[in-house]
Amino acid sequence: MGEEEGLRQAQLLDTMFVRGLKRKCFDGEEDIEGTLAGFKAIPSYNLQRQSLLDMSLVKLQLCHMLVEPNLCRSVLIANTVRQIQEEMTQDGTWQMINTQNAGHASLDRLVSTDILCRSSREQTEGKHGPGYSTFPKDFEETQSQDSSEIMSTVSSGQAPRNLQSNMWEMESPQENRGNFQKSLDQIFETLENKSPNSVEDLFSEVDNSYYDLDTMLTGMMSNTKMGHCDVLETFPSQTTTNSNSNCKSDLNELDHIVEILVES
Amino acid sequence: MEGESIYEIDSEDGVGADIISTVEFNHTGELLATGDKGGRVVIFQREPESKNEPYSQGEYNVYSTFQSHEPEFDYLKSLEIEEKINKIKWLPQQNAAHSLLSTNDKTIKLWKITERDKRPEGYNLKDEEGKLKDLSTVTSLQVPVLKPMDLMVEVTPRRIFANGHTYHVNSISVNSDCETYMSADDLRINLWHLAITDRSFNIVDIKPANMEDLTEVITASEFHPHHCNLFVYSSSKGSLRLCDMRASALCDKHSKLYEEPEDPSNRSFFSEIISSVSDVKFSHSGRYMLTRDYLTVKVWDLNMETKPVETYQVHDYLRSKLCSLYENDCIFDKFECAWNGSDSVIMTGAYNNFFRMFDRNTKRDVTLEASRESSKPRAILKPRRVCVGGKRRKDDISVDSLDFTKKILHTAWHPTENIIAIAATNNLYIFQDKVNSEMH
Repeated sequence: MGEEEGLRQAQLLDTMFVRGLKRKCFDGEEDIEGTLAGFKAIPSYNLQRQSLLDMSLVKLQLCHMLVEPNLCRSVLIANTVRQIQEEMTQDGTWQMINTQNAGHASLDRLVSTDILCRSSREQTEGKHGPGYSTFPKDFEETQSQDSSEIMSTVSSGQAPRNLQSNMWEMESPQENRGNFQKSLDQIFETLENKSPNSVEDLFSEVDNSYYDLDTMLTGMMSNTKMGHCDVLETFPSQTTTNSNSNCKSDLNELDHIVEILVES
Repeated sequence: MEGESIYEIDSEDGVGADIISTVEFNHTGELLATGDKGGRVVIFQREPESKNEPYSQGEYNVYSTFQSHEPEFDYLKSLEIEEKINKIKWLPQQNAAHSLLSTNDKTIKLWKITERDKRPEGYNLKDEEGKLKDLSTVTSLQVPVLKPMDLMVEVTPRRIFANGHTYHVNSISVNSDCETYMSADDLRINLWHLAITDRSFNIVDIKPANMEDLTEVITASEFHPHHCNLFVYSSSKGSLRLCDMRASALCDKHSKLYEEPEDPSNRSFFSEIISSVSDVKFSHSGRYMLTRDYLTVKVWDLNMETKPVETYQVHDYLRSKLCSLYENDCIFDKFECAWNGSDSVIMTGAYNNFFRMFDRNTKRDVTLEASRESSKPRAILKPRRVCVGGKRRKDDISVDSLDFTKKILHTAWHPTENIIAIAATNNLYIFQDKVNSEMH
């Protein structure tokens, strides 16, 4: 997302998230206008919450990092994602978002949220925006679909858990698994060619559970089934456009790494 | 407070290598160590007071510079290990030499700093340049004599404590027993003996069996200043745990848990993030703890676990901007906090090169700025104000014009005097108070 756009979006979200604005249920005092305003407030809250969710998922992308990401930051972002998902699951809006927006890039959604927010602002000035008339219809559809869609809600809810496990365990964010496997074999070969003691020394003071080769390789093998970026594609995101360039840079990095190993 | 900007560590390329990442006074305040992103440590020494020029008392000048850590590559994880110095802690001085611990994400090193100001002259077998003499020219024996020379400061690595941490080390703390110290990473805390590098004891482990269940990490930890069996660690969920090493070998069960219940009216998606404690410091008395989270500093009484005894707002005007700050990652900035020598004033940094001081007795607070314009030598710092709409006085800064790239994360207070060290990106500022400061 463009920086300016993202910042504007974030500023819009700020007005929404001030003081824990959850359900801005307009009470009866505003009568009919209140009810309409209620419809207006709930969707923009949902969409802005969705925008926060997207932002968080983008932040969790680890695909092209050479330095280990900050675990504290990742945990806090993941907890935020979990909070949003829990709330959305309770709302029943989780399923609605998935079916509506499958295939769209998150950038589009951010833009569309902006449009909806603008139109809702215009409505407070007495105009009707395009988003308003269509939304209540979708909202009602969601309510009826809710019970029948519980299964798919659960399954899509599991994807973020996999995301997290991939994130924590697979701290080496290589895209191209095949090449990585090859270079890893080369690493082990190089290690084994040294004196047998050195390999043990290498592992003796180290946290054994982590450096357990079996664990690591298993972790990597399961990741071949679903890497970070694959998971993120279940949430519409812009990783598809980025992943190709990441592959190339990762391959270059791998070549560089292998060069260092071979020379040593 | 009177201000003097002394040593500026300007990096040649303008960014990166020389961003100061930690600042620490030694136990007497005579030495001030800084670590930077390029793995260097610079030590400043306070000039002794001169009777001739009373105003030049106690200026800090560069004493020694050395490369503490180098960038490394972890082949198993295919990731770089940054050389950035995360923390420096001085050991109490036990002889003529000074010692300090410095750490990056993975490795802690013990450095010994010694002075050499004399050198032997008059060897029998070597001439002054060190070449062997022609023995036939030696007619008498002489005893080498120590002659004064220009002061030379030598720094040598005495211990390297490696391979103790899988995750990134965020804190180190020397025990009051002066024999052990602890190092904490995101999930574990290890206890080391200063003389033993090939093993350490794990005293806290919060890594879940299934990493998918990870929701909380360790953010900071410190030994109690007097009780060698007590230490505290803070978490990303805003809690503090006081642990007693006498209770069990693995201190996973805390002795005391300090947690403030959440304010339901302020609840938002960012509540947890802003409650994450970025720094914890025991008071010099050992009776209180100071914590810093994103918007506040809090003083906790060790005897009261339910809530802090004092809460100070650092920059509450940011509360309505949390989403923007989340978007640009500023919400994850880790600010440090500090006590003054008498535990009566606390200090912490903020944005726009502002730092804040709170007087616990008078309840007054002040905002000051560390910048080149405001700190010509001997210039008195002017209090600053951030206005949040409404009335705006002259010289006020509006919230929207704050520079969030200028953050003061690292600050230190002299152990006994009113001298503070402020790290503003790649500049170090040292401010002294000539007369008793009055808080506005």
